[in-house]
Amino acid sequence: MSELALALRQVRYTNKAFWRNPAAAFFTFAFPLMFLVIFTTLLGSGTVTVKGLEFNQSTYFVASMAVFSMITACYTNLAIGVTFQRDAGILKRTRGTPLPGRAYLGARVTHVVLMSIILVAICALFGWLFYEADLPTGVSLIRTVVVVLVGSASFAALGLAITSAIPNADAAPPIVNATILPLLFISGIFFPISDDTPTWIDTLGDLFPVRHLIDAFLGAFYGKPFFDFSWADVAIVAAWGVAGLLLAIRYFSWEPRR
Amino acid sequence: MSDRAIEVTGLRKTYGDLEAVRGIDLRVLVGEVFALLGPNGAGKTTTVEILEGYRERTGGEVSVLGRDPAQAERGLRERIGIVLQSTGIDPFLTVRETIEMYAGYYPSRRPTDEVIEVVGLGEKRDTRVNKLSGGQQRRLDVAIALAGDPELLFLDEPTTGFDPGARRNAWDMVKNLASIGKTIFLTTHYMDEAQNLADRVAVIAGGSIVAEGPPESLAGRDRMKTRIRFRTVAGAPAPDLQSATRLADRSYLMLADADETTKLVHDLTAWALDTASGLDLLEVTPPSLEDVYLELTESEAGSE
Repeated sequence: MSELALALRQVRYTNKAFWRNPAAAFFTFAFPLMFLVIFTTLLGSGTVTVKGLEFNQSTYFVASMAVFSMITACYTNLAIGVTFQRDAGILKRTRGTPLPGRAYLGARVTHVVLMSIILVAICALFGWLFYEADLPTGVSLIRTVVVVLVGSASFAALGLAITSAIPNADAAPPIVNATILPLLFISGIFFPISDDTPTWIDTLGDLFPVRHLIDAFLGAFYGKPFFDFSWADVAIVAAWGVAGLLLAIRYFSWEPRR
Repeated sequence: MSDRAIEVTGLRKTYGDLEAVRGIDLRVLVGEVFALLGPNGAGKTTTVEILEGYRERTGGEVSVLGRDPAQAERGLRERIGIVLQSTGIDPFLTVRETIEMYAGYYPSRRPTDEVIEVVGLGEKRDTRVNKLSGGQQRRLDVAIALAGDPELLFLDEPTTGFDPGARRNAWDMVKNLASIGKTIFLTTHYMDEAQNLADRVAVIAGGSIVAEGPPESLAGRDRMKTRIRFRTVAGAPAPDLQSATRLADRSYLMLADADETTKLVHDLTAWALDTASGLDLLEVTPPSLEDVYLELTESEAGSE
């Protein structure tokens, strides 16, 4: 079997095991969708001014929670899941079989990218049903798909990269959350970075990929006149993804670290 | 094709200042069950993991099925099966799904049902891995290693932590595998395991091979003396057997070469019948692999 066929076959097993794991399914699906409902219900009634344009907060949160669910699936849950499998010796066993390492990891990444597409679709449908958000069509749809694919693959690469900094499975949730939560806060996932936000937060957020992903998503999903879409944001996210991939190739460990 | 499944010459492995393996030679023939026996920390797992391709060696030559395992070729991995000392299995797949998943990585594979029967998990085929007992998971480990129909199977301490019944089952399984022509490289620290399963044994201690051979004659075991211990009943006269040494009140010991054991036992029982005094206790113990092993590994430990 070719490497690609092996990888696609592996996606099926990954998916089967994923849905039977209550914790994985809950934290990937129920958790971000619960946040979507909570944020839009509690905080969605006002408006916010972002880059000079007034926005309904509910509209904003539909987009930011779509990005949040992508990051949770691709970065947080992939990194924690892979570290647990590494500690349990599952990765070491796989390494001793003819399955090429990149086919195995490619399957893991492909799976979380697929989960991201479903999650973003659910968020978009939720916004359309309850907040009259338009579903993207035409160029917007193509841009949105590109942003979701590039964003989820990049964060999955970063998720694989961070596992090499995690000493054991117990340390996985704290390390992963410590690296991502502050970025989520300063990048406008939970609070929009409005024109009233201190400039240094804006500047700091721009250094990291989360902010660029949410800007790219808002631009692609809603488009003009609300938001400008910029390929530069997509490129910066992709650059982070490539950096994550290179780090993962160099430092990824298939065996438990002691 | 070569008749050697594994050939190792002058294998060395150092971790920093620690010399884990100090230049060992090993030869395993095709179809043979070979056991690498040694105490914990002797270098067994380091050696087997170099053969499996998990570790890079510091020096020496290694050939597994004619290839260098350090190259980590897919072609070699397609022909070997590995049961590591401790490895996990995805807990959410069933026994059958797990075996099918791994079998799919290999060009030639054994039918899943056949593999399940070989390891005796027939009744658990649709059970999820997290519902299996420790022993059943270990059997699934072996099933996974067999799924790709390997020519050579590595078993690293396959029965550590097993209860006696589970160990017997595991041994039967290994004998089955050997009978269908698999070459098996086994590590263990159980003497009886090596004795029961292996065609040939190498004893490793402190990173060096201290003895090698069939378990029956390892390190001159076939030339070691049999111990005959006996105790006379109260009030019996002292035996007039010149080879008997008195240990305690009525306890005696005789050391016999293999070829004179029968005669000495005969003399002893004849004396007991003649004097009508009988024996309270009679033990005839041929030299065990354990005696040999302890002697070999203790002298090594003492020299450090």
